[in-house]
Amino acid sequence: MLAAVLSLGGIGLVAAAALGVAAKKFAVEVDPREAAILEILPGANCGACGLPGCSGYAKGVVDGSIAPNLCTPGGSDTVEKIAHILGVEAITAEPKVAVVFCQGDNSKATEKYRYLGLQDCNAAQKIADGPKSCPGGCLGLGTCERVCPFGAIEITAEGLAVISREKCTGCEKCVGVCPRKVIRMAPLEATTHVLCNSHDKGALVRKYCQVGCIACTICKKNAPEAYQIENFLAEVIYEKHSEAAGVLEKCPTKCIRDFTTGYPEGSSFAPPTVPVTPAQND
Amino acid sequence: MNLKTFAGGLHPPDGKHYSAHCPIESCPLPDELIIPLSQHIGAPAAACVAVGDQVKKGQVIADAKGFVSVPIHASTSGEVIAVEPRLHPMGKALPAVVIRPDGEDCWDASLQGADPANLSVDELKDRIRAAGIVGMGGATFPTHVKLSPPEEKKIDTLIINGVECEPFLTADHRLMLEQSERLLDGIEILRKVLGIERTVIGIEANKPDAIEKLTQEGAARNIEVQALEVKYPQGAEKQLIDALTGRQVPSGTLPMEVGVVVQNVGTAAAVSDAIRHGHPLVERVATVTGPGVHAPKNLLIRIGTPLRHMVEQCGGLNGDPAKIIMGGPMMGQTQLSLDIPAIRGTSGLLIFRREDLPTRLEAGPCIRCGRCIGVCPIHLQPTTIAAYARLDMIDEAEGYHALDCIECGCCTYICPATLPLVQSIRHAKGGIMAKKRTI
Repeated sequence: MLAAVLSLGGIGLVAAAALGVAAKKFAVEVDPREAAILEILPGANCGACGLPGCSGYAKGVVDGSIAPNLCTPGGSDTVEKIAHILGVEAITAEPKVAVVFCQGDNSKATEKYRYLGLQDCNAAQKIADGPKSCPGGCLGLGTCERVCPFGAIEITAEGLAVISREKCTGCEKCVGVCPRKVIRMAPLEATTHVLCNSHDKGALVRKYCQVGCIACTICKKNAPEAYQIENFLAEVIYEKHSEAAGVLEKCPTKCIRDFTTGYPEGSSFAPPTVPVTPAQND
Repeated sequence: MNLKTFAGGLHPPDGKHYSAHCPIESCPLPDELIIPLSQHIGAPAAACVAVGDQVKKGQVIADAKGFVSVPIHASTSGEVIAVEPRLHPMGKALPAVVIRPDGEDCWDASLQGADPANLSVDELKDRIRAAGIVGMGGATFPTHVKLSPPEEKKIDTLIINGVECEPFLTADHRLMLEQSERLLDGIEILRKVLGIERTVIGIEANKPDAIEKLTQEGAARNIEVQALEVKYPQGAEKQLIDALTGRQVPSGTLPMEVGVVVQNVGTAAAVSDAIRHGHPLVERVATVTGPGVHAPKNLLIRIGTPLRHMVEQCGGLNGDPAKIIMGGPMMGQTQLSLDIPAIRGTSGLLIFRREDLPTRLEAGPCIRCGRCIGVCPIHLQPTTIAAYARLDMIDEAEGYHALDCIECGCCTYICPATLPLVQSIRHAKGGIMAKKRTI
């Protein structure tokens, strides 16, 4: 009995001593700033900064290999805190939000064939460039919805992706997976957009979509500062976005939308409150 | 009778009765020939004619780009009226040369035939390439590439594919029956190029007339004919090699690895024309069939003939078409419109009406019945690969050998849950190839 207690205790002591020495000798130096930054980061591991996860980004920021203002989900707050820890001046980027530049869901846009395959936009796009007649319209099969780390994207019953301005953090993951490039980034403060992604001529657009831009130039005539038309598609000039909302009523196909009046038809998201503040993930 | 075959596969309704008895008929010239510049696997050809040019039949209108590429020729004489993107069988607008026939159908005078006995192997290969010959079974892989195995690969057997396992298609069957002389001559030229003697023609047992005819005529030329069990996909290259020689092509390699070259019967016939007459590949036999056309036929068509013109030669549409397929029903491509042209790989045109098609149920969950595994001729686990593909788990899909899938469609055909298995596997293959390119 005694021998057993002594021998086991002895082994315990020796092992403890060995562990103690090893812990000192092989200790990994962690920069305290790295831990502090990791604490601040949203922890979504979304990859918006270009690195696979938040811990990698924290390490990169501390050793100076990557800029400290690339965490879009964290927003300006996070950038300021990181800058404070590093003792540098904060250069915040203008907050951005992802927008689906299409309103042509299955009730408003036609299909060139009936698609019964894999429910994935990239798979559908490989078959005759996707089932939609429009070459740029949202396919609505939810590839963006599945990659969004923040649950900011929904697919309506009629097959249209809608992005919540409140939940979107601007990580751009959806922009990368969309095969039709119908999701693009826009300044958060701009609420008026031309929700169309077709560069076809007006007569053709009318054939396949009720809410597509036909490049009639009425918006540009009424607010020449706020709109430009390139390759048969109108676009809001975001530097002058405040003047863009004035022509909403004049657009014949109603492809221009002001998000303060609500999201496209079929969306379950509540209309955004004004002014919209950047998404925070605490 | 114990016929040779492979493990796996299935027996879809064959539908060959529509057109198997119809002799090959020459299709008149359409008003307009639309000749796409990408008609083969590999780099598309580059147009070398301009709008307004007068071209002769067989004249090169687009040059090959790179080794795995072939030139494209005018299918008749006439005027080039457009060089622009036109709707292609792939479902998108791709560059094409549009020719308005002058009705003369006059061959380019510079095309000269030769006796293959007087040509060297390299000259033969050059002529085959210049004639734009590609695999006519549907895959359209440039033939000269297949005929140029690296030094270290010893080829000992030439297999001629007359299986035609796709349901509904009868073009190869009619070709074997009616143009056996052309076919056998082409085989002899191919043999000379490869420098080998042993040749086997594989034919499914549902074409006894073709088997008998070729057995008789081939005996004098030391060409063996082998009847094969009627089973889809018996005509797939690797399955055919397995059935005829017992050799299995290792994963990720080509048939030359086991000393075999496989050529379709249509390809062999085209090789004969190219050498004997100097005629490039400007026409082919295609089966226009299905319950959606009045009089199914086997037509000799010019490359670039609009599908609508082909249907008109077969008595026109019988009711409203609901599905138009170029190629066979298992591996063919569904087409968006009848204004699309036939290309070198167009072995058939199938038209079905709504009432001919099964009601397709919404895809349900996999019930783990394992039927897809039983029919897979490559012995893969389609359902597992497809599940990984749906989750974008590309590495795992690669681990289950997604790249070995030949996309024959057996798994999708048999799946009681109507899962889009082949499409999912193709999605995984695309992901794997994209990853390999970035590394």
